[in-house]
Amino acid sequence: MTPQDIFKRLQTKFGDQVVFDLHEDPKKDKDPWFQCAPYSFEDVGTYLRDDPALLFDYMECLTGTDYPDKKQIHVTWHLYSYVFKHRVVIKCLVPRDDAAMPTMVNVWPVCNWQERECFDLLGVLFEGHPDLRRILLPDDWEGHPMRKDYGEKDEYHGIPTTRPNPLELFKISPKPAAGAAKEKAS
Amino acid sequence: MTDLIFSNEMDEEMTLNMGPHHPSTHGVLRFIVHTDGEIIRKAVPDVGYLHRSIEKIGERCTYPGYMPYTDRVDYLAAMFANEVWASACEKLMDVKVPPRAQYLRVLSCELNRIASHMISLGAMAMDVGAVTPFPYTLREREFINDFIEELCGARLTYNYHRIGGVSFDYPKHWDEKVLRWLDHFEPTLDEFDRLITMNDIYVKRLASIAVVTKDEAIAFGLVGPNLRASGLQWDLRKDDAYSVYPKIDFNVPVGRGQMGTVGDCWDRFWIRVEECRESCKIIRQCFEQIKEWPEDDVVGQLPKKMRPDGEAYARVESARGDMGCYVIGAGKEEPYRARFRTGSFNAMGIIEAKSQGLFLADLVAFIASLDVVAPEIDR
Repeated sequence: MTPQDIFKRLQTKFGDQVVFDLHEDPKKDKDPWFQCAPYSFEDVGTYLRDDPALLFDYMECLTGTDYPDKKQIHVTWHLYSYVFKHRVVIKCLVPRDDAAMPTMVNVWPVCNWQERECFDLLGVLFEGHPDLRRILLPDDWEGHPMRKDYGEKDEYHGIPTTRPNPLELFKISPKPAAGAAKEKAS
Repeated sequence: MTDLIFSNEMDEEMTLNMGPHHPSTHGVLRFIVHTDGEIIRKAVPDVGYLHRSIEKIGERCTYPGYMPYTDRVDYLAAMFANEVWASACEKLMDVKVPPRAQYLRVLSCELNRIASHMISLGAMAMDVGAVTPFPYTLREREFINDFIEELCGARLTYNYHRIGGVSFDYPKHWDEKVLRWLDHFEPTLDEFDRLITMNDIYVKRLASIAVVTKDEAIAFGLVGPNLRASGLQWDLRKDDAYSVYPKIDFNVPVGRGQMGTVGDCWDRFWIRVEECRESCKIIRQCFEQIKEWPEDDVVGQLPKKMRPDGEAYARVESARGDMGCYVIGAGKEEPYRARFRTGSFNAMGIIEAKSQGLFLADLVAFIASLDVVAPEIDR
């Protein structure tokens, strides 16, 4: 099925309050995508997985993208079906200040680690997740680095995050060498 | 069996720290293992020791300038990360790749796949105690490193692919050298089978250990050789073919449970040996077909300004399975978001769920058989 067919099928099932906003501009959206209301996505996901005409059994990729100007975080789900070999891209838009949506671990177990990564790097809270801890960064890290306004700290437990400029370290002067100056003079 | 383990009231649970410098953990990985004697109750992976925020770096580089960083996503199979970044950008900017460049991509990737599998096979054998095969596999990998060095000048972090093609055509007589090596390598694989794959002790050590069923493999997002070892006949190169793979005839080996159960450690080992054979076939066919296309036509027509707007998701079948790259452009020279989806990350996620009831020594075999590479997990 094409993403457009899947979009129509979902819209007839769940209504246009839940599934809406299809983007299919071939110049911009190389993979057509549509939106889903974050708090209905668990139902939609279960339907996507179990419906005999869809059977999306493989959650490929979960991406969080920060949009500070829109005050939103886009949580993007790339889904694929091993049975029908079709794919779909769904985005859940969550508010940036209070980024939260229900977990999908019960639908696709692979979400466990992927959601932890999204929480770690973007600070999206997945409600009902069995073990929502930081995964890539240390437990006591402050902030979520993939947010656009993240400012790097100067140090972490006494380890500086910046290096001194090697030119200053070895007292290499940026002035031209003496030989070059002579050549110019002659 | 697990009920029996947990019913014992007199037991004492022991918490062990395994790693991050444990030699069998393939890079810097750490496990917190709760054991009852030799039997594991739970092994919790602790990752992130090699996190270098490749994705954040991507937001600060230009599209072509990000290419050398993608090498570092997976240092054993850097070609694939190059290719997936290049193909995501090409999809985003509608760039056509000349056929000769596509063949060169497939050639370099398949050579790299053999090199990566060689390390994986040798290291796995060494982890469970068979030290002999490792130097043999490293020797073959060394040949490939030399070939790729002749091709692009680097042995590990290649930076060979470009948006719209590859950087160089292959040097003169390179094809003859590779073909001569293939003539030597294919019989070596049979020898390798006799040495270790079909070795009675080795089979007994691995058969029916850490079985991952087909449903579990799909649910936990295992990809590539791990998925096929669990019995699902699915390969991105066949089922969602990209590049020139549709023109090439090769088989997709699937785990059959010859020595034990489908999806055990031995199946995951065997499937990588078979994939090396298939890669040899692909390379031979590529060398035959590449001659039809003009030399040095290796980079396509690129847009003058790379400032795309929109988003694209591309994927390739890497040595560790389906590797995806999701790139969002916002009309600037730098991508707005660059995301890598890697096989090892999900493969680590299954360990906690499957570790219950394994022997501690089998955990080592399980990790090795999943062929995880630490920088690919942490990125």
